[in-house]
Amino acid sequence: MLSTIQTWLKSSVFEVQAYVLLLMAAVRSIVSPPYYRRDVILQFEAIGIGSLTVVALTGFFTGAALALQTGQSLDRFGARTLVGQLVSASMIRELGPVLTALMLAGRVGSGIAAELGSMTVTDQINALRALGTDPIRKLVVPRVLAVTFMAPVLTVLADAFAITAGWLISVTQLGVGSGTYWNSVLDGLYLGDAWQGLIKPVVLGFVIGTVGCHVGLRTTGGTQGVGRATTNSVVVASVLVIAVDFFLTPLMMKVLY
Amino acid sequence: MAAEAPIVVFDKVSLAFDDKVILREISFTVTRGHTKIFLGASGSGKSTILKLMTGLLKPDGGTIMVKGERVDDKSDAELMTVRDDLGMVFQEGALFDSLTVAENVAYKLLDDGMPEDQAWARVDEVLGFMGLESFADRLPSGLSGGQRRRVAIARAMAYKPAILLYDEATTGLDPITADAVNNEIIKLRDVEDVSSIVVTHQLRDAFRVATHEAIREGGQMRIVEASPEKRDEAEFIMLKNGVIHFEGNATELRASTDQYVRSFLS
Repeated sequence: MLSTIQTWLKSSVFEVQAYVLLLMAAVRSIVSPPYYRRDVILQFEAIGIGSLTVVALTGFFTGAALALQTGQSLDRFGARTLVGQLVSASMIRELGPVLTALMLAGRVGSGIAAELGSMTVTDQINALRALGTDPIRKLVVPRVLAVTFMAPVLTVLADAFAITAGWLISVTQLGVGSGTYWNSVLDGLYLGDAWQGLIKPVVLGFVIGTVGCHVGLRTTGGTQGVGRATTNSVVVASVLVIAVDFFLTPLMMKVLY
Repeated sequence: MAAEAPIVVFDKVSLAFDDKVILREISFTVTRGHTKIFLGASGSGKSTILKLMTGLLKPDGGTIMVKGERVDDKSDAELMTVRDDLGMVFQEGALFDSLTVAENVAYKLLDDGMPEDQAWARVDEVLGFMGLESFADRLPSGLSGGQRRRVAIARAMAYKPAILLYDEATTGLDPITADAVNNEIIKLRDVEDVSSIVVTHQLRDAFRVATHEAIREGGQMRIVEASPEKRDEAEFIMLKNGVIHFEGNATELRASTDQYVRSFLS
C-alpha cells in the first residue's frame, strides 16, 4: 500500500517537474530565435478560425438560457428590465472566459494532445530532433501562442453572441424593450469587467495549450496511448481551467476594481 | 601509414531505465565507410544504441564520440552540428504525415536555410537515386511499407551525412521489398562512401548488406557478391541482455559454435 502511494507521489512529482520544464523551455523559445513564423500563422488559423463556430454557438445558447433563467428570477423582484445587466456582467466576467476555455480544452487541447501524441508514438518527434529541429520551437510554441492569443478573441466573440441572444430572448420572450435591454447591458459594465474578460482567457488559453503539448509529448503506448493522452488532456485542462479561474477571480477583483 | 581514426566510438557506455539495465559497458568503434550490424532479440538494446549515438538518449555512464566530438554530454542545441553528420532511418520510417514525399526529403535542407532552387534540385537528385521520382507529390499515408522506408532513407541521405543509422529498416517487409531497401543501403555505402550502422533482427538482411557490394558498370549500378576485403569491412555485433555477446565478421558469425548465436542463425 505504502509503495503504491510512494510510486504515485513520485510519478506525480515527475509529471509536474516535466510540465514546469516544458513551460520554461516554451517561454525561452518564445523570446529567442529561431521562429517558425509559417507554423505560427497556420496554428492561429487552425485554432482560431477553426473554433469560431463552436464558440459562437456556445455563447449564443448560454446567453439565451441565461436571459430566460434570470428574467424569471428577476421578475420576483420586479427587476426584469435588469436582465441585460445580468447577462452582460455574468458573461463578460465569468461565463464567457470559462465556457470558451472549456470549449477550447475540448476542441483544441484534445487536438494538440492527439496530434503530438501520434507524432511521439510514431517517432516523428525523434525524427525532428534527429534532423536538427527543436520540437518545442517547431510544435509547442506555435500552438501555445495560438491558443493563448486566440482565446481572448474567441471569448469576446462568445460574449457578443451571448449578449445578442440575451437581447433576442428579452425582446421576444420577456417583453423587455430593445433600448431598455441595451442600456442595461452598458450600465452593468465597468472597465474592470472588460479587462477581466480579456486577461482571464489569455491565462486559460496558455494553460490549455501547454497542457495539451505536455500530455501529447509524453504519450507512450501506441494508439491506445494516444487515446489516453487525448482524454487526459481534456480532463486535466478542464479542471485546471475552472481551478485557475477560481484563483484568478479574487486576484483580479483586488487589482482591477 | 597510421590507421584512420574511427568515425564513431562507444567507450564503456551504460544505460538503465529505473531498475532495468539496457546496456552494460558497451564498447565498439566504427570506421569510415564501413558497416556495423547490430543483431539481437527484441529489447536487447539495439535501437537504444542508435538513439544514444544521435543524442536522443543520454547514457548513465561512458563516453560516445561521433567524428571526434563527444555527444553524451551535450544538449540538443549543442548537438546540431554533430547531427548534420548523422542520418537516421527510423522503424516504420517516421515520415512527417502532413508533408508530401518531396517535402519530407526537403525538410532539413529548407530548415537549414538552403536556397529553395538548390534544395528542390537536391530532392530531385535524391528521389532519382532512390527511384522514387513518381512518388514526390504523394503523402506518406499513400505509400506502402517498403516505399515509406525508402523515402525515410532518402530523407536521411538528402543532406549528405557521413553516417547513416538504420533502425530495423526492413522489419515487416516481404523479402523482395526488403532486398530493395537493402540494395539502397549497399548503394549509399559503396557509392556515396557513407558509414552504415544497421540494427536488425532479420539475419537474412544483415548478411545481404554484409556480403554484397554496389559497383558501377557502364553507367549502371549493380549489386554483386562482395570481395573478401569488402566483406571484412562489415562487422557484426550481437547483443544479449545489454552486453556484447559476439563481435566479428560474417564468416566468423557463421562459424560460431556459441549456442545463442547458433539459435539466431538457425
